[in-house]
This record gives sequence, C-alpha cells and structure tokens, in this order.
Amino acid sequence: MMCAAIDMFREDVMASYSTNEFKGGLKIMLDGDPCSIIENEFVKPGKGQAFNRVKIRNLKTGRVLEKTFKSGESVEGADVHETEMQYLYNDGEFWHFMDPESYEQVSADQAAVAESAKWLKEQDVCLVTLWNGAPIIVEPPKFVILNVADTDPGLKGDTSGSGGKPATLETGAVVRVPLFVQIGEAIKVDTRSGEYVSRAKED
Amino acid sequence: MAQTENWRPSASIEMIRARAEMLSHIRQYFDRIGVLEVDTPVCSRFAATDPAIESFSTSYTGPEAVHGLDLYLHTSPEFPMKRLLAAGSGPIYQICKVFRNGELGRRHNPEFTLLEWYRPGLDYHQLMDEVADLINVLTARPLQIERLTYAEAFERRLGLNPHAVDLDQLRQCAIKEGVPGAGRLAIEGRDGWLDLLLSHLIEPQLGQAGLTFLYDYPASQAALARVREDRYPMAERFELYVSGMEIANGFQELTNADHQRKRFSEDNRRRRQSRLAEVPMDEGLLDAQAAGMPECSGVAVGLDRLLMVLTGTLDIRQVVTFDLSRA
Repeated sequence: MMCAAIDMFREDVMASYSTNEFKGGLKIMLDGDPCSIIENEFVKPGKGQAFNRVKIRNLKTGRVLEKTFKSGESVEGADVHETEMQYLYNDGEFWHFMDPESYEQVSADQAAVAESAKWLKEQDVCLVTLWNGAPIIVEPPKFVILNVADTDPGLKGDTSGSGGKPATLETGAVVRVPLFVQIGEAIKVDTRSGEYVSRAKED
Repeated sequence: MAQTENWRPSASIEMIRARAEMLSHIRQYFDRIGVLEVDTPVCSRFAATDPAIESFSTSYTGPEAVHGLDLYLHTSPEFPMKRLLAAGSGPIYQICKVFRNGELGRRHNPEFTLLEWYRPGLDYHQLMDEVADLINVLTARPLQIERLTYAEAFERRLGLNPHAVDLDQLRQCAIKEGVPGAGRLAIEGRDGWLDLLLSHLIEPQLGQAGLTFLYDYPASQAALARVREDRYPMAERFELYVSGMEIANGFQELTNADHQRKRFSEDNRRRRQSRLAEVPMDEGLLDAQAAGMPECSGVAVGLDRLLMVLTGTLDIRQVVTFDLSRA
C-alpha cells in the first residue's frame, strides 16, 4: 500500500500537460529547464492544423522566449513552487534559507540569488522558487529596512530632499537618499525600483 | 457569497448595436441583389468529415427515436444549403450559429456566427468580387483589394514553391525562418507544415492594406472545392484576409457526387489514422449531387471576425454577447 501511494505521488510530480491545459502561470519543462507560461495563443486555420503559440519565461535564466506547439501535444510539467523562507546567512558561496514551519534549510547559489543578493538581510523573509526542492529564484521582500553604512555628510539645513546623494547600505546596495540621511540611520527601500522610500521609524 | 460580475455580457452595448447594424446591412445587400435567405437544421445525422474540424454531438430521444438518435451540431450549413441548390432554390444565403469543438482563443469561440452564400452561375473569381463588394458596403471607406495566389504568397515571403517542395524543405524553411520550436515539431504531412508557415509567417502580413484574397490552394487542401488540372493540380479555393486575420473561405464548388464520396471517404481514412472518431458522411448531399447540383461558387464569412475588423477589436470575446466563460 505504501509503495502504491509513493508511486501515485511520483506520477503527480511528473505530470504532463496537453496544450489544452496551457494557461498563464503553468510550469512546464522545456529543453531541460523549468519554465513558466506567460501567454498562450491558439492559432488555427479554418481548415487545417491547429497550433499553440506560447510565450514562456525560463525560470533559471529569466529569459522570455516563444515556442510553437502542435495542438494536442503533451509537455512534461515542472515541479516548481514558491514558498516564503527566512534568510539565514551567507557562507561566502551559498545563501542559506529556512522554511519557518518545517525548519528545513536550503542553500541557493549565485545564479538563483542574482541581483537580490544586495537586499538580503539576515532574518528577512524572502519568496523562494524551488525546482525539485532546490532554489532557482530568490525574491527579497518588497520593502527592506537597512542601515546606511556610508554616505557623504549632507549639507546642514537642507531638508527639502532635492538632489540627493548616493548611500551605501549595510548589504552593499547603493541607493540615492535625501541629503539629510546620515551614516548609521535605518532607511526603508523599495526593492522593486531600488528607490529610497523613507527613514525607518523606530518602533 | 460575493456576487460576481460574470452575469454581464462580454461585449459592450455599443458593440451589440454595431453587430445588429452589420446584420441589417448584410440582409439589405442580399435582398437588393436577389439572393434568398434560408434556414437549415443546426442538428444533423451527418457531420463534417474534415479531420481538422470537430463536431459537437448530442442525441434526440422521443417519438420515432425511442433509443436515441445521434445528432451532430453543424460546423457550417454547407451540406443542406447545397441540397437546396440541387432542389432548384437559386442563389441563397444564410446567417447562423455554427459549432466547432476544441477551438477557443483570441480569434476563436466554439460557437460563432457564419454568413454563407451560394451563387449558381458565378465562378469563384466573380464571387471574390462580390465578397469585396459586400464588405465595402459595411466599411466607411472602400478598402483596397489585393489578389494573390497561394503560390505567390509563399514565393514572395519565403522564396519557395508550395506546390513543388517536399516535407523536409518545408521543415528546413520553418527552422531557417526562426519559427520557435520548429525543429522539434512532430507534424505529419506537407499540409501541416504549409499551415505552420502560412499561419506564422505569411498570414500576419496579409490584408494589412485592405482586403487580400489568397486563391488557388494545393489540391491536398481542396476541402469541398473543385480541383483544376494545371501544372500542379489546383484547388479552386480562396480565403479572404483582413489585418492578418482569416475572414472568409470560398470554393468553386465540387458538384460531382463520385468525387465528393471519395473525399468524404479519404477524410474518414485520415481520421482513423489520426485516431479521431469517424463520422457519418452526408448521404443527402451525395444524393443531391447525383440528382444534379448546379455549377456554383460558395463562400462562408466569419461574422464575429468581420465585426472585429470593422470595429478594430482584437479579441473575439468583445464582439460576442457572452463568450464561452459566460455562456
């Protein structure tokens, strides 16, 4: 009985999808890489072969590509899911994350963390995309609070915030901040735009 | 429970008015040129045999069919209209809903509206003129008309003769032209590859300056068109494209019952090959043709797509009152 249950689980993991099941967000395997369907267009001459023209994002490289399938074809599904995980530490090579419920840990490489690395602060909760259990994409929180490690001392009396100056944050990210922001202060940054939002309130 | 907005039509009220106006102008046009409006059954014991077209099926149970009678929803009113022609109706037209299973997308809805008409005594070139004439009645300004043979379209865009090249050359062409994924597509037969090249590389350019009629198709794509013996056997068939979209399909109609039966049988053989269900061929049409169907041309126009073109709409859902998800 146990074996049967495991086999059923395996089959579920290796599900394949016909073009009739294609829709935005479906995760499929293409040329060995996990991909996510962005757009699916049904193309058919009145009297002739039907096709699905699909726009796909390769989840490993982030590249968007197009692919044409013959309608009715089947494609292997990709075991991909997103989950919230807490960032623990970087050992110099890998970034380590923990599932806050199961305490299970995973390590993400440079390719998975990519540009997100500069926003990662220990304890912060990130959105991690796992493929066959291993991280392939790490997204930082939409807003992070980080300390200013270095910036030019601003001009006294300027509170308008116009102009601004570069500030290096504790994680290494460089953002433009208003002139009044000083070293050691905590600021709130929008990670999607990389822009300063406000000074972080102490609470 | 939160009320959803799904009760609302997918078309705007303005669009519903535009459709009514289009239909009214079409009826006035046919009235003026003396083509009779007819109405034929939606449900039939016979089905379209074309392997690329899937009929919906249902069944009638009641008086005269205690154990049920299998019926197919028509995919076009073609067969019964041809029976009317054989019975001496003279020129006829019909506006009706037709049904095709498995077709849903930006330009497809499984039920859609067709305008179909037949002109005894007119050949397919004269019918192309009439199609253009009708559409120009519906548009604010007359549209430019272009005529292109199927071969010219392929030669112009891809530099190949679609009647002469073999399957591998078509496949290589699709790869060279960068059709994404062409290298791994398992398409059996030349016609599937021709469809791939046409739909991906040629169609988007057709009808960009007005109306483009594509005509004289490979004999293997004759459907119900007459085939002319030429350097290559040529199906006397045409399609109309506007803004890169297929709007109409017309034929110099096949009238010979024996040839018709061969085509139906061949369709069913290809259905078996592709593991599709065989369907009953229209014996009524075959008998009508044997009794004498007049030489004629005929055409079907997708009215939802025509309305898309007339109103500059890109999604068919916006021109039908309730799309499939709301039907």
